[in-house]
Amino acid sequence: MIFMKDIYKTYANGVTALNGIDADIKQGEFVYIVGPSGAGKSTFIKLIYREVKPTKGTIVINDMNLEKLKERNIPMLRRNIGVVYQDFKLLPKLSVYENIAFALEVIEESPKNIRKRVMEVLDLVGLKNKARFIPDELSGGEQQRVSIARAIVNHPKIVIADEPTGNLDPDTSWEIMKTFEEVNASGTTIIMATHSKEIVNTIKKRVIAIEGGLIIRDEHRGDYGYEA
Amino acid sequence: MKLRTMNRHMREGFKNIFRNGWMTVASIGAVTTTLILVAAFLALVLNLNQIAVNVEEDVQISTLIDATLGEEEITALGEEIEQLGGVESVVFSSRDEQLNQLVQSMGEEGQAWQLFEQDNPLTHAYIVTAAEPDQTAGLASQIAELQGVQQVNYGQQVVEQLFQFNQYARIIGLALIIGLVFTAIFLISNTIKITIMARSREIGIMKLVGATNGFIRWPFFVEGLLLGVLGSIIPIAALLTGYYYLDTAVSEQISYTFIELLPFSPFAWLLSLLILAIGAFIGVWGSVMSVRKFLKV
Ligand SMILES: Nc1ncnc2c1ncn2[C@@H]1O[C@H](COP(=O)(O)OP(=O)(O)O)[C@@H](O)[C@H]1O
Ligand SMILES: [Mg+2]
Repeated sequence: MIFMKDIYKTYANGVTALNGIDADIKQGEFVYIVGPSGAGKSTFIKLIYREVKPTKGTIVINDMNLEKLKERNIPMLRRNIGVVYQDFKLLPKLSVYENIAFALEVIEESPKNIRKRVMEVLDLVGLKNKARFIPDELSGGEQQRVSIARAIVNHPKIVIADEPTGNLDPDTSWEIMKTFEEVNASGTTIIMATHSKEIVNTIKKRVIAIEGGLIIRDEHRGDYGYEA
Repeated sequence: MKLRTMNRHMREGFKNIFRNGWMTVASIGAVTTTLILVAAFLALVLNLNQIAVNVEEDVQISTLIDATLGEEEITALGEEIEQLGGVESVVFSSRDEQLNQLVQSMGEEGQAWQLFEQDNPLTHAYIVTAAEPDQTAGLASQIAELQGVQQVNYGQQVVEQLFQFNQYARIIGLALIIGLVFTAIFLISNTIKITIMARSREIGIMKLVGATNGFIRWPFFVEGLLLGVLGSIIPIAALLTGYYYLDTAVSEQISYTFIELLPFSPFAWLLSLLILAIGAFIGVWGSVMSVRKFLKV
């Protein structure tokens, strides 16, 4: 569960990215965040895993009140949230397998469970045969699937994705979306910022539209609503 | 922390040593250079210190007797010395004995002195022993005033200058060692920092995946420890061989009883341990310092 009340965010350079946001997202929902560039989508998403701290307002994630979250407990928050980035953010010197295993090593999972679970998610994203490759040896779509595998490997309640298909061609994008839908089907909350009108209008889900740091629309089974 | 996590950190630390290639070599070089200098200084300062202690405890005064004195006068002088306060013993040493000792103490070079056997240039002497080390100097000056005494020699006088030097050496040596250690820490943390700059993005990613600072720091700790230990191999080898030869060379030349190096065993071994510890400290500190800044993501 994600709950936000009256969130403001002004960056150090004086730019106000969010201007009073309220949001309530239930466990298992699939939500698109849409809006023009600079609207505040990424800022909204970064609040959830505390890459960004709000200037004002209340955020509760999985019953954790982020206002009271201590610095040293931030890793605990992040272990329950899988994050997928537009630029993948894979560790370049580690193999596909090691990149995914890393998310389990930090929670001190046993090597046996790590092996089992990593192979499971590699199977899910269809990359079992590329486990020993390093990220540079993969296509963009494959790298993104590795980062999705890493995001879901420790069974997080929430997976958030910031323009995950932004760097991918349409065919690959649809494959990635299929993977997200599968993850969502298992009960994981998905929050995804996107610029893809086709995706939002085809795979119908809840749509939250942000403009100028405000939520201007929040519809179930909504449309993209912009001319792309 | 679980044991398997510790194993993982060890593995990662080892891997980083190889992943960083030339930076590793540079860091080890910095530690090696520092430790060689530190080892040399410590060996010097500790030995000078020991010599100073030996000298302070030295109670022998060699009293050279005027060559013009007859046998009876010499005996009288000996009795006179015994009358002085603080004298433990007075032993007569003939000029032939003196020469013999000298020849022996000089080893090979002493052969040359044997030429003097026919025409011994030395004089008879009394070897006076003071009851207390701190009375040696006072007693020596009293003896020097006596009629028929040509000269008095004693350890403290001979090494007074050495001792003076030692005071400075101790301070300068210590300052140099501290300076060197910090230079090495600085060098290491800088070389590692360069490799970390490239890794700062990786550290950021690790944090986003939920790694704690400790989890990220441990492999760096292991890496630093390894750098320090690897960097101390050459200095320790140099110390052990160098000190072995020095010790052998010096003990063959016992010119003065108080000039004696600290014995190879255990001194060289203990110093090696200390060098290893300093190396480990430099490596760990340099490494952990360099990662600190990047953990505030
Ligand atoms: N780290 C930052 N420092 C300063 N300004 C920022 C930072 N991140 C984003 N901004 C600004 O905040 C506004 C919202 O940015 P962002 O949330 O990235 O929007 P979006 O993802 O919708 O394009 C923009 O004006 C952007 O320039
Ligand atoms: Mg953005």
